[in-house]
Amino acid sequence: MATTTRLTHDEKINKLNKVIDKYRGQGRKVLMQLLQEAQAVYGYLPLEVQRMVADALDLSVAEVYGVITFYSFFSLNPKGDNQISVCMGTACYVKGAQAVLDKVISELGIQVGECTQDGRFSIHACRCVGACGLAPVMMINENVYGRLTPDQIPEILAKYKEA
Amino acid sequence: MDKVNVTIDGIKIEVPAKYTILEAARSAGVKIPTLCYLKGINEIGACRVCLVEVVGGRSLSAACVTPVTEGMVVQTQTPRVRNTRRSTLEMILSDHNRDCLACIRNGNCELQTLSETYGIREISFEGTKSPSQYDDVSASIVRDSSKCIACGRCVAACQKQGISVLSFINRGFETAIGPAYDISMADAPCIYCGQCIIACPVGALHEKEDDERVWNAIMDPKKHVVVQVAPAVRAALGECFGLPIGTRVTGKMFAALRRLGFDKIYDTNFGADLTIMEEGTELLNRIKTGGKLPMITSCSPGWIRFAEFYYPDFLDNLSTCKSPHQMEGAIIKSYYAEKKGIDPKDIFVVSIMPCTSKKTEADRDEMFNPSLGVRDVDAVLTTREISRMIKQAGIDFNHLPDEGPDQDLIGEYTGAAVIFGATGGVMEAALRTVADILGEQDLPAIEYQAVRGVESLIKEAEIEIGEHKIRVAVAHSTAAARKLLDDIRDGSAPEYHFIEIMGCSGGCVCGGGQPQIDAQTLMDIDLRTARAQALYEEDVIMPERKSHKNADVEKLYQEFLEQPNSHKAHALLHTHYQRREIYPDSVLQSNDTE
Amino acid sequence: MDLYRTHVLICSGTNCTALQSPQIIETMEKQLKRHGLSNEVKIVQTGCFGLCDDGPIMVVYPEGVMYYHVQPDDVAEIVTEHLLKGRFVKRLMTIQTSATGGKNYSAESSKFFAKQLRIALRNCGNINPESIDEYIGNDGYFGLAKIFREKMKPEDVIEEIKMSGLRGRGGGGFPTGLKWEFAARQQSEQKYVCCNADEGDPGAFMDRSVLEGDPHSVIEAMIIAGYAIGADQGYVYVRAEYPIAIERLKIAIEQAKQYGLLGNDILGSGFAFDIGIRLGAGAFVCGEETALMRSIEGKRGNPTPRPPFPAVKGLFDKPTILNNVETYANIPAIMLKGADWFSSYGTSRSKGTKVFALGGKINNVGLIEIPMGTTVREVVYDIGGGIPDNKAFKAVQTGGPSGGCIPASMLDTPIDYDNLIEAGSMMGSGGMIVMDEDTCMVDIAKFFLEFTVEESCGKCAPCRIGTRRMLEILEKITEGNGILKDIDDLERLAVAIREGSLCGLGQTAPNPVLSTLKRFREEYVEHVVDKKCRCGVCKGLTQYEIISDLCKMCGLCAKRCPTNCISGVLGKEPFVIDKSQCIKCGACMQACKFKAVVKR
Ligand SMILES: Cc1cc2nc3c(=O)[nH]c(=O)nc-3n(C[C@H](O)[C@H](O)[C@H](O)COP(=O)(O)O)c2cc1C
Ligand code: SF4
Ligand code: SF4
Ligand code: SF4
Ligand code: SF4
Ligand code: SF4
Ligand code: SF4
Ligand code: SF4
Ligand code: SF4
Ligand code: FES
Ligand code: FES
Ligand code: FES
Repeated sequence: MATTTRLTHDEKINKLNKVIDKYRGQGRKVLMQLLQEAQAVYGYLPLEVQRMVADALDLSVAEVYGVITFYSFFSLNPKGDNQISVCMGTACYVKGAQAVLDKVISELGIQVGECTQDGRFSIHACRCVGACGLAPVMMINENVYGRLTPDQIPEILAKYKEA
Repeated sequence: MDKVNVTIDGIKIEVPAKYTILEAARSAGVKIPTLCYLKGINEIGACRVCLVEVVGGRSLSAACVTPVTEGMVVQTQTPRVRNTRRSTLEMILSDHNRDCLACIRNGNCELQTLSETYGIREISFEGTKSPSQYDDVSASIVRDSSKCIACGRCVAACQKQGISVLSFINRGFETAIGPAYDISMADAPCIYCGQCIIACPVGALHEKEDDERVWNAIMDPKKHVVVQVAPAVRAALGECFGLPIGTRVTGKMFAALRRLGFDKIYDTNFGADLTIMEEGTELLNRIKTGGKLPMITSCSPGWIRFAEFYYPDFLDNLSTCKSPHQMEGAIIKSYYAEKKGIDPKDIFVVSIMPCTSKKTEADRDEMFNPSLGVRDVDAVLTTREISRMIKQAGIDFNHLPDEGPDQDLIGEYTGAAVIFGATGGVMEAALRTVADILGEQDLPAIEYQAVRGVESLIKEAEIEIGEHKIRVAVAHSTAAARKLLDDIRDGSAPEYHFIEIMGCSGGCVCGGGQPQIDAQTLMDIDLRTARAQALYEEDVIMPERKSHKNADVEKLYQEFLEQPNSHKAHALLHTHYQRREIYPDSVLQSNDTE
Repeated sequence: MDLYRTHVLICSGTNCTALQSPQIIETMEKQLKRHGLSNEVKIVQTGCFGLCDDGPIMVVYPEGVMYYHVQPDDVAEIVTEHLLKGRFVKRLMTIQTSATGGKNYSAESSKFFAKQLRIALRNCGNINPESIDEYIGNDGYFGLAKIFREKMKPEDVIEEIKMSGLRGRGGGGFPTGLKWEFAARQQSEQKYVCCNADEGDPGAFMDRSVLEGDPHSVIEAMIIAGYAIGADQGYVYVRAEYPIAIERLKIAIEQAKQYGLLGNDILGSGFAFDIGIRLGAGAFVCGEETALMRSIEGKRGNPTPRPPFPAVKGLFDKPTILNNVETYANIPAIMLKGADWFSSYGTSRSKGTKVFALGGKINNVGLIEIPMGTTVREVVYDIGGGIPDNKAFKAVQTGGPSGGCIPASMLDTPIDYDNLIEAGSMMGSGGMIVMDEDTCMVDIAKFFLEFTVEESCGKCAPCRIGTRRMLEILEKITEGNGILKDIDDLERLAVAIREGSLCGLGQTAPNPVLSTLKRFREEYVEHVVDKKCRCGVCKGLTQYEIISDLCKMCGLCAKRCPTNCISGVLGKEPFVIDKSQCIKCGACMQACKFKAVVKR
């Protein structure tokens, strides 16, 4: 993510075209892969990308949109530079994940699914990241923070605020 | 065919092995309720009101999607079944905007019927309603998703059209049905064929109603209101008054229109005959002068929009002829106005059509006559709308005498025009005329069976007329059009001269403005054939069955248009098309918050 | 493996990776080089050992010493002390924890492992998952080779699996051999073998650990399945949230191709099979078999009715079998050691072992594999080491959002498919969450329902609307606005959703509610009638208060309060909470060292 945001729009479209050409003409069965890769290079899946995908796979834009909005991994809007995912899986929940999430929300002043005004952070509530041993768990980008208490949140966030 | 034995509510019956429990039960005379099921179109088992108990099965089974098996024993009325159906129905109703009294489907709604039969008296599980929106921006279709039960019938119907403008969006309780981004139908690449409306069991999709405007015009003493009615309407209007499907109500229809107070009543069939003259001439010219072939018919605005959005490279293949009701409107506002000495601005032309797309067609810039300052057609009403007007006017439709259209000026029509309403009809009508002209004789064999019927979505024929060979194809439904055009594009299709394309499968008899028939009835009947039958019936009894034999049309050319494709005819009766962009960025501007 | 005198196994499962095991490996490599040990000591990065709570885990062989909570800073000491001088680093073998006042890890871990039996996890933590040679070195691909060597026919393979009594580990418990047989019987040019690695149960990570720790066993099993049913293409559908698993799977598939274990002529047998990876995209329902196939087909993950069953008409309408990761992980062992060996473990109708992700309020959080028939009590108290902070045990939740709770009175239930169902829960995929006296059962039911509401695909009416209605009722109850009729409505909805839903998600979505209603009905009644949450979890029914007599006026609570609603004067006036502003986060209570903040 951090690397793609620095690309210009044209550069991103160039990369996107390469991805799309790989799948062109193969129809619906490659839609998921194409969307995943498109999101990886473009960051999210705006209308412009959906049109290109629909065109390449001979689908309607509505069909592509229907698939995108079904899967929570796909995003129609840009995400924050730093994506905070608080695990709300069972193991984390019984160990106080709600308090951790509440704290993140109050620290950043945005709700789950939202992005801060400056585009630096977005909060997501996710389901089990498979690190239940460390519950409650939160991920910021690729980094996993475990055994969290609400107190630790400001300090952790501070690191990303500076960077 | 393989057969299996099943027992349904104690009734033993042998049915084809490919049957579902629902079909088997119907054969046994047991009615199982349905909501999301639409035979051949939507068989997804989503609504769960058709649940039955299969003896020995673990869970209840959805009758509409569960195939029968040998020896299967089904019970459709156990307490378990009844309770589950009822609760499910209550859940559906709890997320439904239940203002039946102000709903377009009041009295003709599968959900309403179901809650009536199930004796729902209370909805125990009230709660939040899923997000919804009301979209009445387009001239053709209104989408009120507060009425939507997410059955997916429209999605399947649109997919069956090969278009897929509608899709399920989001998931879970937020699941909605709409175009991408849930934008207005006016901004979506929708062709307004209205097949989604026909598929919808409830009031979530319907035509944009224009009856108030028509009432106002009728009541306005300064307006000279001329109504014309398309061929397909007579094949279906009776259904709105409880008559059997396929009943031809031509006479009662004209009688009713007369009683509604229109000043002048005509048949769009006149316009259809005129279309054949123009289109036939255009075809012969293209063939003679090496013009763009194949030439493709242009009377279906659903198909026209489809080409404009999805196959713009074929726009030059389209005949430049306006559709019959637009031609007729143009003639009423010019020739008729002149003859009657009425200012075209005081004339209000109403078209009664089987079609929702025609509402938008009439609104096109191209359908405005700048020299006269008027539109060809001022309002388009669907078959359903006119039936409501007839009811409002207190007309006892079923006991009306048979009457005909007004006979002056443009009152005559031929059998060729009547069959326009069925797939293959325009082709057949054109062939009847072209064959005579090319063959330079009055051919007796005029029924072109090869282009009739609905067994296949694409029909082909090669007609030999003297030394001429004309290769034709007929496609009904835009999905069929897609297939045909793709084949032409990649060269796998033969070189056709002339192609008829109708947006709706079966042609206009099954247009988006026709009466909605409930899914249970549709299990036993192919509407397309049943309704088309009424038109072929009328064709046979007409004194003239070839468009060029229409005396009023002949007179029109003599007195006004000079000859087919004349300069004047072009100005009034022909049009042009425009490439339309699919989802241009601008459509999101109102939606985009980021 | 015999070139090195010492092997250092370092866990690179997800938990340990999150706790910096990659840095430990890096440091270790540097240190070994510095001390010239690179040729004597081999670092093996393994999959999960199961003791995730105490990670990162490092094991040194041949001594078999296990180190816990290893930090990069500890590496130097381990190298100089243990690897050079042969002295164990005791400090890392016993860790002081505030909870138990110190637990002896060697003792704990021996208890942790004693009652376990590792079949599916046999290689996890033992071998480097990125090395096919190590897998082969541990009898990997021998099961497959045996089939070809002994010229077993597909029917023979299926018979072996049937005899083993293996049942699907993905939740349903359907006999695996039978499923294969159905698919094998179908006549079709094209068939598919799919692996369900969508692991959606929130709180379960068994499949992830298998893929991370032993990807080759899944690949081997899929090849065997392909041979058995006559398929030449396999797909692994794996959650996108599992990057390490995906990476290891990719590496493993590549290696298998290089070794001729995947491809056109596997081991010279003429049999062809290939495997592709497909990523999920964040939809729990795609773990359901038909939804999973629709997803691979590029559609919305809406389940489709069965029949037709996938074995007849599955992926791309072709006969398809789908098995769970753990199911597959058992297959090579069964093929190699035989059905009799496998079926000698377990209970009469549930053979072999089951892997559980043990989590929640339990001392030894981690991954365990137990023979079927082990009791819940053994899992909680022996393997799991009991409940932290001397709290009382309340229930074990199994089966995730489809499952239910097993209360204290049923601790002696032997775990197998049928017993768990009888106990009002289900095996599920293997999430096992322990709950103590502080866990509010109404809140837990609500938690699961929130999950199902969010994950319902929305296709069928009962699940789409009904679960939402149930959640609304539970919200009403937990906010203190419930009436007794709500409990009846919950039950009526629950039954209708169970009976009416199209797929397993909806059919089982009411289970957490039905099961807690059955076992802990009094808690519901308390919420509704007494407007009380005995665990103080339901915020609508809780209030925080400072007992002024106990308040030492230190102000710590006020500092921690996110809404700044605690006021007082340092050292002079006791602090008070402005209840209208309080968001009930509990931070003050945690902060107060004098127990002056109470929850009512
Ligand atoms: C809502 C739902 C979610 C499921 N999720 C999973 C899953 O994450 N992993 C899994 O292996 N099976 C899951 N299943 C079960 C699968 O549908 C299927 O039964 C299983 O993968 C078959 O493999 P098995 O026979 O080896 O267990 C789920 C079922 C349902 C209804
Ligand atoms: S859609 Fe049917 S049930 Fe709903 S308000 Fe209209 S008539 Fe009533
Ligand atoms: S049906 Fe009932 S509610 Fe509706 S108008 Fe008649 S009396 Fe009123
Ligand atoms: S009107 Fe036709 S094209 Fe438009 S959404 Fe309905 S079915 Fe699809
Ligand atoms: S709009 Fe009508 S047809 Fe379409 S999903 Fe909703 S209720 Fe069904
Ligand atoms: S086929 Fe007839 S009803 Fe359908 S869109 Fe065309 S003109 Fe309208
Ligand atoms: S039960 Fe739920 S998840 Fe399953 S098909 Fe129905 S709505 Fe979708
Ligand atoms: S519970 Fe949270 S919000 Fe309420 S007083 Fe304590 S710290 Fe403040
Ligand atoms: S932390 Fe405890 S003692 Fe200190 S001010 Fe708050 S309530 Fe009083
Ligand atoms: S529940 Fe949070 S990591 Fe598993
Ligand atoms: S599920 Fe059978 S009609 Fe809807
Ligand atoms: S991840 Fe290291 S022990 Fe589980």
